[in-house]
Amino acid sequence: MALPGEPATRRPWAILAAGLALALFPLLDSPFYLELITKVMILAIFAMSLDLLVGITGLVSLGHAAYFGIGAYVLALRTPRYDPASFWTTLPLAVGLSALAAFLVGIFVVRVKSTYFIMATLAFAQMFYFLFHDTEFGRGSDGITMNFKPAAAIGDLQVFDFGNPRTTYFVALGALALVLGFLRFLLGSPFGRALRGIKANEQRMRSLGFRTYHYKLASFTLAGALAGLAGYLSALQYGYVNPELLSWHQSGNVLLMVILGGPGTFTGAALGAFGFALLQEVFQAATLRWQLLLGATIVLLVLFVPGGLASLRARFRAALVGGPRP
Amino acid sequence: MSQPILATRGLTRRFGGLVAVGDVSLELHKGRLHALLGPNGAGKSTFINLLSGELEPSGGSITLRGEEISRWTPDRRSRAGLGRSYQRTSVFLDLTVHENCRLAAQSRLPRGWNVLQNAYASFSVREATQASLEAAGLPVHDLRLASALSHGERRQLEIAMVLATRPEVLLLDEPLAGMGSEEAIRIIELLRTLAPSHAILLVEHDMDAVFALADVITVMVNGQVLESGPPDQIRQSPAVRRAYLGDEEGHR
Amino acid sequence: MDLASLLIQLLNGVQYGLLLFLVASGLTLVFGIMGIINLAHGSFYMVGAYMAFVFASATGSLLAGVVLGIGLSVALGMLLEWTLFARLYQRDHLDQVLLTYGLILVLEELRSILVDNDVHGVPVPPMLAGSIPLTANLSYPVYRLFLSGVCLVIGGLMYLLIQRTRLGMMIRAGASNREMVQSLGLNIKLVYRLVFALGVALAAFAGMIAAPVSSVYPGMGTHVLIICLVVVVMGGIGSVRGALLAALLIGIVDTFGRVFLPQAAGVVVYLVMAAVLLWRPEGLFRSI
Repeated sequence: MALPGEPATRRPWAILAAGLALALFPLLDSPFYLELITKVMILAIFAMSLDLLVGITGLVSLGHAAYFGIGAYVLALRTPRYDPASFWTTLPLAVGLSALAAFLVGIFVVRVKSTYFIMATLAFAQMFYFLFHDTEFGRGSDGITMNFKPAAAIGDLQVFDFGNPRTTYFVALGALALVLGFLRFLLGSPFGRALRGIKANEQRMRSLGFRTYHYKLASFTLAGALAGLAGYLSALQYGYVNPELLSWHQSGNVLLMVILGGPGTFTGAALGAFGFALLQEVFQAATLRWQLLLGATIVLLVLFVPGGLASLRARFRAALVGGPRP
Repeated sequence: MSQPILATRGLTRRFGGLVAVGDVSLELHKGRLHALLGPNGAGKSTFINLLSGELEPSGGSITLRGEEISRWTPDRRSRAGLGRSYQRTSVFLDLTVHENCRLAAQSRLPRGWNVLQNAYASFSVREATQASLEAAGLPVHDLRLASALSHGERRQLEIAMVLATRPEVLLLDEPLAGMGSEEAIRIIELLRTLAPSHAILLVEHDMDAVFALADVITVMVNGQVLESGPPDQIRQSPAVRRAYLGDEEGHR
Repeated sequence: MDLASLLIQLLNGVQYGLLLFLVASGLTLVFGIMGIINLAHGSFYMVGAYMAFVFASATGSLLAGVVLGIGLSVALGMLLEWTLFARLYQRDHLDQVLLTYGLILVLEELRSILVDNDVHGVPVPPMLAGSIPLTANLSYPVYRLFLSGVCLVIGGLMYLLIQRTRLGMMIRAGASNREMVQSLGLNIKLVYRLVFALGVALAAFAGMIAAPVSSVYPGMGTHVLIICLVVVVMGGIGSVRGALLAALLIGIVDTFGRVFLPQAAGVVVYLVMAAVLLWRPEGLFRSI
């Protein structure tokens, strides 16, 4: 499996190599891994969107799955029973509505302190969970199975055939590349620097005249929109959604991915998504009680990995790639 | 008398039963350096925090060019022309010197949260960045990370960042704290050049610097104003000598 | 709906609210004093409920189960504080969230190994099994009244503990200024351990006495955790008074929401939270 390497600023070739490996991977013709890696690439987009909050803005959200779920549900709810939905209209709608939901929640949560923020994001995410779980409109805990994948046609020309898993794979890869590029561009932009300033010292940023509330709200909304994109792609891949997409376990797991990869670099978050998937596969293969193993691993890592979890990334990569690297 | 830029009337702040700042009235004028003296715990830092908006007053008023601002947020006050530095250096350590100032200057752009705006192309940002670095005596294209600076240089950068926001009023919380004498002289020179074009409130422990620079001195003790006036008046005030200067002399 | 049914719903709401208060008060205290976000707090409620189930079936008496359970949960609290949480005080919130998230997975899986994944009922003790008739065909179970009474007594004891004792004085000091208490000296470690164990015991106790009315099921810890986070956020983080008020509000709103708006029951509570946050972004109360 190919893994993204160092942050692009230092080693652009590592990203290119990883991208190339991912682009060539379908040649191996392994349907199982094709599906798995599609899923992981979508999770990587999801994790990067959270990294914008956690690693760049300094906002630890424990409710990010809500926006992922909203993106997924938009596709499911907009897919008619006897026809495919249009990719061109449902995708912007999914991203837009996720952004709107994040914006509305953000109005409440970004003005409070960090501890409050963690709890409040979780609580609001749970609200959306119950919105789909309990109400008529969300069709309950069984979720929704879509009869058709969305159609992406221009006139008579079928641009993407989502019935073919390879198409979905490449669309996910393309989205991953676009989102990564966009976020890295953002990181270097004045907006990104202001966000990093807020993470380092919000009080100082305010005294310099920054409307930090607006910046944080913009960041939260943007992160919600990108999570919605990931959710949409996930629904597209599986043709099925249920409320568990919005559950707080999903939020916890994506936070874990970000931390596993080292917050603040985006490529780290993507790497974390791959690492998490790998960890999950290994534990699940080892034992039925894999949650126990995962939980204990997390506890021990927090306690005993010196220098916090950021250093885990280097060790983790060393273990994966085989042999230490600086 | 000219119109004050910033003025407080009966400004008060209580913490529980403790009066940290009690009934302080004070005026800052353009071209005048106003120093605030007092022993530790006299309420000087609380006073600056009230002016910059980091604390809400329990009573009294703050006016900027005649407009009541005591309910304004810190960022709004900054945009209205109030700049402050911190006693504890708070520059952004993982940005370069130049980037620190550019970030500060960027705060003056409209719609800064607009994700796609390219602010670094903005002429005003570049100009403000350069001017502030020059004024503070730092190299204009300083590409060192702020974390690599000496303590004194960080204090300079701290002031440069405030200047990059082009404030009319400067609130400086112990800019000389922890500085060597050579570095201190540089900052004192800087303050001297800034004084004619700004209204400055200087909180400082260095007596020599204060008496050399200040046009007006206010002495605070236990949150109250003990005495306020030109340096000569303060120097000769029996109350100040007893409460503060006398103490200092006694320690020496 | 007639008056008697309304009264029953109101009593149910108050009872639910008081139970939430027992759980949420520990969460808010641990946060206010130690600065720890403990996501595993709901799991202690789950642990309590399962202990009540296991011990009550083994001994045949809920009371014996509760007594045994309280002892064990205090010990569990002390142990966890000593081995895990004491190392978290200097860490950032991200580490706290992670570790306690991992702890939830561990406790859930241990529950699954030691007991099972089924839903269980716990019988109401015979002494409290009756009902009080309200009208010809409506009555109210004695056990639920008893539950509210117990919660009120414990709430009162907590008030006395916080307001009148030396430990309470340290707790209040710690909630208003953590640095100051840290500088007070050696005892602070003991205070932390006691407060943490108290929080664990309160949550577990709530789980035990709630077991006969709510049944015992695998996801109960998460459910109660999230509702308690809502309570803590609404009440003001660190505020026991705020937790009481918010818990009662949530209990009543949730109960009536299920009656009048069954199709949106899960959402109503969160809308109330949003309204409170809009009015007071930092919650109802700032102090303990």
